[in-house]
Amino acid sequence: MTAPVAREKPASFQDLILRLQAYWAAQGCAILQPYDMEVGAGTLHPATVLRALGPKDWRAAYVQPSRRPADARYGENPNRLGHYYQYQVILKPNPADLQDLYLNSLYEIGIDPTVHDIRFVEDDWENPTVGAWGLGWEVWCDGMEVSQYTYFQQVGGLDVFPVSGELTYGLERLAMYVFGVDNVYNLPFNDPASQTPLSYGDVFLQNEIEQSALNFELADVEMLQTWFSGCEKQSTALREAGKPLPAYDYALKASHVFNLIDARGAISPTERQAFIARVRDLARGAAEKWAEQEAERAAV
Amino acid sequence: MAELLVELFSEEIPARMQAKAEADLRDALTKGLGEAGVEFGDVVARSGPRRLMVAISGLPEKSADVSEEKKGPKTDAPEKAIEGFLRGAGLSSIDQAEVRCDPKKGDFYVAVREIPGRPLEDIIAGLVPEIVRGFHWPKSMRWGRGELRWVRPLQRILCVFNGKTVEFEIDGLKSGYETEGHRVHGRGPFKVSSYAEYKETLQEKGYVAIAREDRRLLIEEQAQMVCAQAGLELVEDKGLLDEVTGLAEWPVVILGEMDPAFLSLPPEVVQLSMRTHQKYFAVRDPKTGELAPNFVVVANIEASDGGKAIAAGNSRVLSARLDDARFFWEQDKSTPLEKMAEKLATIDFKKELGTIADKVERVAALARELAPKVGADPDMAERAAQLAKADLVSGMVGEFPELQGVMGGYYAREQGETDAVATAIAEHYKPQGPSDAVPTEPVAIAVALADKLDTLVGFWAIDEKPTGSKDPFALRRAALGVVRIVLENEVRLRLLSTFQSTAEINLTHSSIEWFHSQEFVEASSFLPDLLEQLDKLKLYGVFGFLLRTDGRLQSGRSYLEDVVARRLEPDFDQQEKAEKDIEAALNQYVSITLNYKEAAEDPDASFVHGDEFDGEKTQVRTLLSSLNSDLLSFFADRLKQYLRDQGARHDLIDAVFALGEDDLVLMVKRVEALAAFLETEDGANLLAGYKRAANILKAEEKKDGAAVEGDVDTSLFEQDEERALHTAIETSVSRADAALEAEDFEAAMAALAELRGPVDAFFDGVTVNADDEKLRANRLRLLTSIRAALFRVADFSKIAG
Repeated sequence: MTAPVAREKPASFQDLILRLQAYWAAQGCAILQPYDMEVGAGTLHPATVLRALGPKDWRAAYVQPSRRPADARYGENPNRLGHYYQYQVILKPNPADLQDLYLNSLYEIGIDPTVHDIRFVEDDWENPTVGAWGLGWEVWCDGMEVSQYTYFQQVGGLDVFPVSGELTYGLERLAMYVFGVDNVYNLPFNDPASQTPLSYGDVFLQNEIEQSALNFELADVEMLQTWFSGCEKQSTALREAGKPLPAYDYALKASHVFNLIDARGAISPTERQAFIARVRDLARGAAEKWAEQEAERAAV
Repeated sequence: MAELLVELFSEEIPARMQAKAEADLRDALTKGLGEAGVEFGDVVARSGPRRLMVAISGLPEKSADVSEEKKGPKTDAPEKAIEGFLRGAGLSSIDQAEVRCDPKKGDFYVAVREIPGRPLEDIIAGLVPEIVRGFHWPKSMRWGRGELRWVRPLQRILCVFNGKTVEFEIDGLKSGYETEGHRVHGRGPFKVSSYAEYKETLQEKGYVAIAREDRRLLIEEQAQMVCAQAGLELVEDKGLLDEVTGLAEWPVVILGEMDPAFLSLPPEVVQLSMRTHQKYFAVRDPKTGELAPNFVVVANIEASDGGKAIAAGNSRVLSARLDDARFFWEQDKSTPLEKMAEKLATIDFKKELGTIADKVERVAALARELAPKVGADPDMAERAAQLAKADLVSGMVGEFPELQGVMGGYYAREQGETDAVATAIAEHYKPQGPSDAVPTEPVAIAVALADKLDTLVGFWAIDEKPTGSKDPFALRRAALGVVRIVLENEVRLRLLSTFQSTAEINLTHSSIEWFHSQEFVEASSFLPDLLEQLDKLKLYGVFGFLLRTDGRLQSGRSYLEDVVARRLEPDFDQQEKAEKDIEAALNQYVSITLNYKEAAEDPDASFVHGDEFDGEKTQVRTLLSSLNSDLLSFFADRLKQYLRDQGARHDLIDAVFALGEDDLVLMVKRVEALAAFLETEDGANLLAGYKRAANILKAEEKKDGAAVEGDVDTSLFEQDEERALHTAIETSVSRADAALEAEDFEAAMAALAELRGPVDAFFDGVTVNADDEKLRANRLRLLTSIRAALFRVADFSKIAG
């Protein structure tokens, strides 16, 4: 095997994303668009969490905006955002050379393996909300976590077969590293040499400021609690009607509404546990139903 | 002789699992070979981030021939038996069997089977897949479409015996003769045919240091060197060193820099942030002994730019981490601890023991009570305890749970608490392990003891004690902590009465629902609700313990159920009567329960002095004494463990513990004095005399079917030896008692040692089993007085030898 070689750096944040898109498309992934729901992590896109279940092969990659209300910082923290992007790849079953494929994707965005220290550090991923866990690593580049790499073992509380390999790139963090930028808002969003150079701040700073106000001050907790119950009811009804996909959507909605309530600091730890359990029941319930139906469809 | 080389090459193995897996693979291979009757020479085992390797030399090419014998029937046995034997042994004719002679039983047949040795390749081809399939990892996984489980996907199996590949396949993965090196520096694959070649190839071409020990040394030496070159000093961290040894195949140590402004953070924060998040070693300035604005990172690559990019990148990550930490630090400092403590009311300590705020209230009361006993100011002890847990809701402890207490100490200082209070907050969780130091300042001692005692008594009351290897709440550690704090600070504490106070505080200071149970009172009008409430109350705290163990309430409960059942009977009179009975029973049942509550809430909180709830208070004391003595024996076990680690004899601890001594400091003094005493000739002889007396008493008491009782009657003495012994006992006892009063155990032992001569003389000259029953009984009583005399210092029956 020849020693790996890195490409030149991408020109911008979006160029980095486009390189990843092109690279994973070349590996036979369906390049999907972001899911049109508020989610806390790219994994929660049904293209990952639901497709990991059932017997059918699957390969997909996509950018997913992730919303974490409690992480919002009014645009004042150079490293933390309430809304950011993850790049998500799922390969089912995982190919035997997935680690190499992953490393090549880093070389593709300009990380030179002869200069940087890339490590696979034990980190077993789990997401109790969807009853999922897997074994894998955080991938470190010079001490910074640039990706989460997981072999799914269970989803929705069910053993998966075949096993999917799942990669999550924290895009802003990765880009900050590649471009040597200390403040996320200074990232070049498009090509700085272009006619209208835009920074990440030009695109998102105002949004972070206003969303932070919603998350910490203005969210109407009482209304959100009503919404939560509504989503819960709708999700349960859909599941019972044998429609796990929209049932799952409403579980995601409930989950986001809960995250908003939580960010307002409006609930005690005990109540918090109860909310989490309710979301978990919805998400798991939908996932189980989906797995059951996928198996039936595959058997026909 | 031939050599076996096995390497299991996988994706990155968690650092913490490598060393154990290395040993397990080695043991499994050598055990398997041993069981196949194969002898072997040297065994080498190695492990690293991506591989486990074992090489075994001095192997034969095939296993030894074995001759197996099967014993058959006698030569004159019936035809049928012989036929059966032939079938079983696989022989076609009896001529193939040998005839052996047994002098007692006569001639019999033996079938001898020669089992030829098997080629080692065959044995290995069977053994390795079996080991791989059955290998135990703390956590394992499947991948792709496979069924095999390994810690991470298994990529290659190298298996070479005597220079040739041993062929087999596991779940689609074929064995081979190739290994891989470092991903960037020399991936290979490389063909190897022996361990020597393997080692050299990986070292020279593959850039892999295969031995953990080599990597560890390499890291340590390089780290010390890069620090020394910068005039700095490495902060040693063995645990971290072990971990990074498992994270790099080709360790390269780099000294990084950070913004010195971060050093205004508490050093614990900086160090922990480096260690847990980034796996960096901290660096100190040897002149000041304080942290330097540097760190040591272990990379897995000889970077082409000499490590500049790696140093810069790591430094940036650390800055982001420390920025976060600084954010928490500033934010936390702006919130007074009292304010933080308010939130503790929303966090359960343990459902049955209330919230952390409840616990804080109890610990504060107990710390106040313990303060005078440890020379602490009660107000300060109470204050420290009230603030001690507040940092649990701070941002910093949320991020670094390991810093609980430590941060509280810093925040206390920041808000102007006294040194004593701040130290007590910082150290109240101590000692957190056998090697951790105990608090030594009086206020800190009071709070640390109170915190642990409250936990122990509480868990005992709700019956959550450690069992076997299970101790999820670390109660053994808590009790050992108390033992160490008490002994290392020579704190004089009667444990039983301390437990009692702790339990009473648990009764009186809990604001939790079960105690002021409005729900309970409301439920009392509807029987099923009431029963449910009563059952619920039994779960909570010391109050629950009383309800569970009070016999009056037990029988009250079944009586209630009984009457309730009667109410359903068809007979109207019966129903009416039942209603009345229920009312009466309920009144009694409820009143006992409520009396507990009243008694507990009595503002005087005095369970010792009599007043209107006297009855309940006596009952409380009685019920608690069983809990206390059970907890005391748990402490005795911890004490034994502690003293055994220091080389004391555990039988002596038992012997002293049997006295009912519950002051740990005195217990240890007594054990030490006893050990020294038994070393002397007088001590050893007296022990022998005691055993003789005890044996005689035991035998005679068994014969009579009754214990020997009563005082010695001096008028029944016939022999001088009796009189002498009696007088000696009286003298020794009074001198021993005086010495004990002064806690001079050596002197007490010495006083009792005077008995040796008279005891020996008594046994030499006097027949205990005299024909005259009166004499015999009196002499037996004299023996009991020896026993009683010695019981002042120890229960000699527990002493071995």
